[in-house]
Amino acid sequence: MSINERRNLRNGLLFVSPWLIGFLLLTLYPLLSSLYYSFTRYDLLRAPIWIGLQNYREIFFEDPLFKQVAYNTVYYVGLSAPLGVVIAFLMATLLNTDIKGRSAWRAVFFFPAIIPAFVTAMVWQFLLNVQYGAINGTLQALGLPIIPFIANPAYAKPTLILIHLWAQGNALVIFLATLQDVPRSLYEAATVDGANAWQKFKNVTIPMCTPVILFNLVIAFIYGFQNFTLPWLLTQGGPNNATELYTIFLYRNAFVYLRMGKASALAWILFVVIVIFTVILFRTSNRWVYYGSGDD
Amino acid sequence: MSIQATSTPQATSAQPSKTKTTRLTLGKVIGTTSKYALLIILAISFMLPLFWMVSSAMKDDSQVYTVPPVWIPNPAYPQNFYFAWNTYPFNLFAFNTVFRYAIPVTIGVTISSALVAYGFSRIRWRGRDTLFYLCIATMMVPFQVTMVPLFIIFKQFGWVNTFLPLVVPAFFGAPYFIFMLRQFFRTIPEELSDAARIDGANEFVTMWRVILPLTKPALVVVALFTFMNAWNDYLGPLIYLRREEQYVLALGLETLRLTITSIGATALAYPYLMAVSSIVTLPILLFFFFAQRTFIEGISLTGIKG
Repeated sequence: MSINERRNLRNGLLFVSPWLIGFLLLTLYPLLSSLYYSFTRYDLLRAPIWIGLQNYREIFFEDPLFKQVAYNTVYYVGLSAPLGVVIAFLMATLLNTDIKGRSAWRAVFFFPAIIPAFVTAMVWQFLLNVQYGAINGTLQALGLPIIPFIANPAYAKPTLILIHLWAQGNALVIFLATLQDVPRSLYEAATVDGANAWQKFKNVTIPMCTPVILFNLVIAFIYGFQNFTLPWLLTQGGPNNATELYTIFLYRNAFVYLRMGKASALAWILFVVIVIFTVILFRTSNRWVYYGSGDD
Repeated sequence: MSIQATSTPQATSAQPSKTKTTRLTLGKVIGTTSKYALLIILAISFMLPLFWMVSSAMKDDSQVYTVPPVWIPNPAYPQNFYFAWNTYPFNLFAFNTVFRYAIPVTIGVTISSALVAYGFSRIRWRGRDTLFYLCIATMMVPFQVTMVPLFIIFKQFGWVNTFLPLVVPAFFGAPYFIFMLRQFFRTIPEELSDAARIDGANEFVTMWRVILPLTKPALVVVALFTFMNAWNDYLGPLIYLRREEQYVLALGLETLRLTITSIGATALAYPYLMAVSSIVTLPILLFFFFAQRTFIEGISLTGIKG
């Protein structure tokens, strides 16, 4: 190594050292210690006791709630992530047509996404309330039956998804920027070939947007699995455990029941699921994602 | 074009002799009208929850529990904002949120992420790209996995019931923003750095004098988003802050809700809750209003570069 190379190596490591130290102390060590805790019984007061696979056995075979939690999470993430991406894409397409005041419309549709989730929970809880809420109040005034949005287990998950769809601003903004970057020449060429509006949308717009569709989908899935604040404040996992999502269940085990071992096992199960899921999504993506623009 | 024309059967079937251009125009008018109608309906339904929040904040009890619901309170009670804000020490909670949480975190994330991004983009060294991919990969680790062991560590440090567990990790860089800033730093021509080095500047000086001034907009995006994430955070404070004098706004609002709803629907429960919610949302609205371009560009960039 020349003097120059050695100096660059030293400088490079110096500059990335905050991240490197953080990675070792705040990610790698916790990750490994979490794996260790997942094989123990640990309540923070007494030292952890090694119990082998007992936590995992309990989660998969004995815990009556875990199946419900897994079902809730798959239901919620499986519907909210793709639906959110579709809604955001369609709205971006609408905003990308020839309209006046585009940035004002965009601002209106974007804004719900940056409202604090704890405020969103308060407002929607009131709005959807069976007795005092604006929606049920309106339904009653019209002589229609009321909808127990968050009071009835059958409606609770769809309601969570509905609120999720309300706050798709980030994906919308990303889609709109992508749509505006699609070269005009492609549409002109399609017009020359006699393509109609639908054919242009299907054969030009969608393929050009597939990398960003993938990006938004991955983000939506990862955040979906991690969602905590909104469902926790809206329903606390109820009614009848209908919205007990994975993170809520994990939080409860760790910080309410102080079962750190079991919570660590739950965390590792989730970690493995997310990794497998993301890998599958990327692996299958080369079948439908089109990287034609050539930039990185 | 033909789709829009055929969606108006009267125009096409009743007057088949009309020229193509008039049919197109009529179709276009209907298309444009329905487009704006759709936009208006969507915009109203998107804004309705927020309108409901602000209008409910100014109601008295007789206006809350009515069928049909009151959308515009008359008379309005703007003094609710004052009384609601003073049910709990919300001034203190706001101070905690801004000065003990959001600002330290913003400083930490922005500085450390810029340093790390510089090391990952402007200096060539062996192993750089491998470490960079590792950095990107850590974004996939869900926070739930490290949440429990980090709590155990910080508890052993005696840091529970302080802001340290929320603030200190910010000084070790945020992979998401490291990634974003690296993409920006890479676009600056290498010649600029070389010129500074020939003048005898070391890497810190080069970064400070050459790179950072050219990437100010990106740094603003990082600072803005970090501040907002801290302002909006609920889970972090929920885990680490248990004393009321340390509460941030998120915990204060939750406490207010628990108090006023536990007594059974207290007359002013919902107006007060909506009043504090409105006040907490206001800074976000102002931020957005004055920095809309920064917001939009920042989000677009993270998406496209990703």
